[in-house]
Amino acid sequence: MTYIPISPKERDAMLEKIGVKTLDDLFKDVPAKHRFPELDLPPALTEMEAAAELADIASNNETVRGDLISFLGAGMYNHYIPSVIDHMLRRGEFYTAYTPYQPEISQGTLQAIFEYQSLMSVLTGMEVSNASHYDGATAAAEAVNLAFAQFRGKRTKVVVSPSLHPQYRDVIRTYTQGMGVEVAGETGVHLEDGPEALTSQVDDKTCLVIVQYPDFFGRIYDYTKLIEDAHAKGALVCVVANPTALAMLKTPAAMGADVVVGEAQPLGIPMWYGGPSLGFFTTSKKYVHKMAGRLVGETVDNRGQRAYVLTLTAREQHIKRERATSNICSNQGLLALGAAIYMSVLGKTGMGQVANLCYQKAHYAAETLSKIPGYGLCFSDPFFHEFSLCCPKPVAEINAHLLDHGILGGYDLSQDYPSLQNHMLIAVTEMNSKEEIDLLAEILAEVSHD
Amino acid sequence: MNTPANLKYTKSDEWFDPATGKMGLTDYAQNQLSDIVFLEILVEVGDAVEPGKAIASVESVKASAETYAAAKGNVTAVNSALSDKPETLNSDPYGDGWMIQIEGGDFGDAMDAAAYEEYCAGRTH
Amino acid sequence: MTETTSPKIVEPTIFDLSSPGRTGVTFPASDVPEAGLPPKGLLRSDLPLPELAEVDVVRHYMHLSKFNYSVDSGFYPLGSCTMKYNPKINEDTCRLPGFLHTHPLQPIETVQGNLALMYTLQEWLKEISGFAAVTLQPAAGAHGEFTGVLIMRAYHKSRGDTKRVKMLIPDSAHGTNPASSGMIGLNIVTIPSDERGNVDLKVLKEQCDDTVVGIMVTNPNTLGMFDENIEQVIKMVHDCGGLVYGDGANLNALLGIVRPGDLGIDVMHFNLHKTFAVPHGGGGPGSGPVGVAAHLADFLPEPLVGIVEEENDEEPPLFGFIKPEKSIGRMKSFHGHFGGGLVRSFTYIAMHGPDGLKDIAQYAVLNANYLLARLRDTYHVPYDRICMHEFVAEGQFAGSDVRALDIAKRLMDYNFHPPTNYFPLIVHEALMIEPTETENKDTLDAFADALIKIADEAKTSPELLHSAPHITPFGRMDEVKAARELVLCCWLPENYDENA
Repeated sequence: MTYIPISPKERDAMLEKIGVKTLDDLFKDVPAKHRFPELDLPPALTEMEAAAELADIASNNETVRGDLISFLGAGMYNHYIPSVIDHMLRRGEFYTAYTPYQPEISQGTLQAIFEYQSLMSVLTGMEVSNASHYDGATAAAEAVNLAFAQFRGKRTKVVVSPSLHPQYRDVIRTYTQGMGVEVAGETGVHLEDGPEALTSQVDDKTCLVIVQYPDFFGRIYDYTKLIEDAHAKGALVCVVANPTALAMLKTPAAMGADVVVGEAQPLGIPMWYGGPSLGFFTTSKKYVHKMAGRLVGETVDNRGQRAYVLTLTAREQHIKRERATSNICSNQGLLALGAAIYMSVLGKTGMGQVANLCYQKAHYAAETLSKIPGYGLCFSDPFFHEFSLCCPKPVAEINAHLLDHGILGGYDLSQDYPSLQNHMLIAVTEMNSKEEIDLLAEILAEVSHD
Repeated sequence: MNTPANLKYTKSDEWFDPATGKMGLTDYAQNQLSDIVFLEILVEVGDAVEPGKAIASVESVKASAETYAAAKGNVTAVNSALSDKPETLNSDPYGDGWMIQIEGGDFGDAMDAAAYEEYCAGRTH
Repeated sequence: MTETTSPKIVEPTIFDLSSPGRTGVTFPASDVPEAGLPPKGLLRSDLPLPELAEVDVVRHYMHLSKFNYSVDSGFYPLGSCTMKYNPKINEDTCRLPGFLHTHPLQPIETVQGNLALMYTLQEWLKEISGFAAVTLQPAAGAHGEFTGVLIMRAYHKSRGDTKRVKMLIPDSAHGTNPASSGMIGLNIVTIPSDERGNVDLKVLKEQCDDTVVGIMVTNPNTLGMFDENIEQVIKMVHDCGGLVYGDGANLNALLGIVRPGDLGIDVMHFNLHKTFAVPHGGGGPGSGPVGVAAHLADFLPEPLVGIVEEENDEEPPLFGFIKPEKSIGRMKSFHGHFGGGLVRSFTYIAMHGPDGLKDIAQYAVLNANYLLARLRDTYHVPYDRICMHEFVAEGQFAGSDVRALDIAKRLMDYNFHPPTNYFPLIVHEALMIEPTETENKDTLDAFADALIKIADEAKTSPELLHSAPHITPFGRMDEVKAARELVLCCWLPENYDENA
């Protein structure tokens, strides 16, 4: 089927005005031997057929809403998404608009981004939020770009906590491979050690220290001392934070963080098999010129009305070209709007409730599971909604058994940490009922008896 | 266009005062950039500079530019007040808008005011 | 405006609308025994988020939506952005619960639907573009470009060819290209265009030496021209050992017309949000898969989707993840913009088939040439020959102080979104017009009529243009105030220093 609204008669009139005979005549600049290839693709489907085909493909998945009970997190979380969000996102005025380059006819997008920036500032405590990055991992890599640019390339070392999400560390390594940056910190620090253990890696060549909050294992640390020590050596500190946890926990700003980034998928965005999601990026006003990405600022129009525009655009790639901090041109506009609606409609009360439910249920789960013979908590530190469970058998084996019972088990930590054989990272959110947790305990107990 | 006669000028629109060793951005350049909102001076006291070396990065509402050293020498002072008031580059490019001061001061083939005026007049934009 | 007048508020912010004690969406009481809270030192003291009822939130965002111009409301001829219609069925397919609620780290056996869709889309994109392998991971066009330059760098490095430091970029290429190369520290050499809008072969020849990493060409270029010498350009760069990056942003004009891989291009990104109708979403999310020729396939980012167990008489193939041998690494977490980008594009390609895709390119090019034919007597078009999906006119008239910006703003009064302006930089007062295949002849005629009328207004009543737009809910903005005062947030943290 086609969406083209031109009749054959209109087409012919247009060709005549142009002065050519056929549509094919418009392509004479294309080398003849490669012109008009026969594409080996399936024939076109009608809408009715496509709807059926896609429904069929989707039915070959097992979802965490109906098919499986999920205790899997590790960077993406199963939260309740209020109905109102998608009703708003499906307004064509929002989703079929481009980047708001013409502010006179884009105030909807611009004010929504401004509000998103403000809401992220509340959550993180930071002065400035940009309009978002691709995801949490790329936002963390952009924090490296900021710090590298801030010291004009004179500090070339990044100290990354080993308890930062392994995929985030991978992305940072990919992003920095042409920059001459040394990524340190992943070895020589024990996972059981507190955050101050990283301090020994920070020196006068370090531009940035990156830690996660709660960390990849779910642990909550107060990073104030680490940040003080890093600042004493002249380095900046980036905290990768979970936005749900920030509704309960001390803000990274209160600890002295210079940059706070993270994955905002928990704020009303479906998991969608990993994307698209929403990387948030917040910092202090003094680093705003080195920050990549779009930024919306308040102003007035020539009628004296309060209005919003993209501002400080001369920092960005299309003007600053190869001297720009990053090449990013887009933001996750529609998803930033979704996150803004989530934070607005949950508000102070709902956001607090979600954080508290995650915390309470995760602690009930930890308490219950750690009592099963053969299981135990791997770390004794405070945690939020994720914790590491030491298991009596390899996690892959346990998870296969859980799957037979319709349970999606936790993340197998041995994939990334050879020292954490038989360690499972379990995530619990407001979506998990007590019954589900009890069932998980029951099946885990079975496994240890097998 | 203001082009003081006592200064030397570069093709990349910097000025240099052989008497004081100060350098900065020309009136022509600030006018082209229009409203300047950000300035970062890229060198420190003690650094050696020479023509072609970037000494500052400037951003206006619509454009960005690098400022290059107009003469060779060692930096003896940096106008650190300028970063907080980058609009000074628009209002007083040859006075409070100076960026750095050097000792030495071999300005190579920099133009005099008359040559610079002629050069600017011949540019299309 | 003077500092003392407070601006008129058209729509309050979500913070302005807040009233203490109101609640919107709330959650069930906890069903587990109370576990207390973390130590007090780890808790935040206050959570100053807005407090609203759901209806307050709905009305607020409904009001905001009405301030936006969109493809669903009218013609959006934004050059190089391919603002085509976003079919509604795609909005339904990408939200099928089977796609929406799957976790990226689920065992592959439980997500064979997702993996089969990704594998098939990889195959389709390979067929459409003529490349040997495709990664779906990059999140946007610029992210794909960055992926591409990292692959080019890795390729030379793997051959021990370490003296290559120079990226050639024609002045008719997209503006992101220099920044993408800058991110890995390459030196940028700009190659000018000749008088027909092609890459200047003489300058290119001078630059082709053993320090060239490659060239980043946009073809059709940002003038809307298909480079008449593209095969020579590619050969010259290959002959000096360089690679050719194709900016796929303008692929809409090439569907079923020519495959970039067949021309000899080594690596290219796709913009699924342009070519394959993923909505732009007010600035994202996009999706920027990258295709490569066979000699670069080993360098693709990890992971790719592949068949990990071949099919047999009883079982279909098992899809899973594979890591290319010399992979540049991971570009983002998880597997790309699956739901938003890949499912919608899959639906779009499935509904077009080979002939439908060719129709897209042909009608996009027809529409652009028709507008060019209607406007060339009124607006100067510096590179005037048969164009592809877009063309660039000058928004200025002899003896008039009207500029492209004024014309752009005045178009809003005729209910059109303006074209891209002031880009590409090689045309003075550029107006870059890309109608796409979405528009019918009536719309194109109405747009041409409006531009012709505006050209007349520019002579008779230029003030009308200088002060435009007039009928929009907002007028021109004070951008200097925004940048100088830098109000980026309507909530200020404790100890906020106004003067910092």
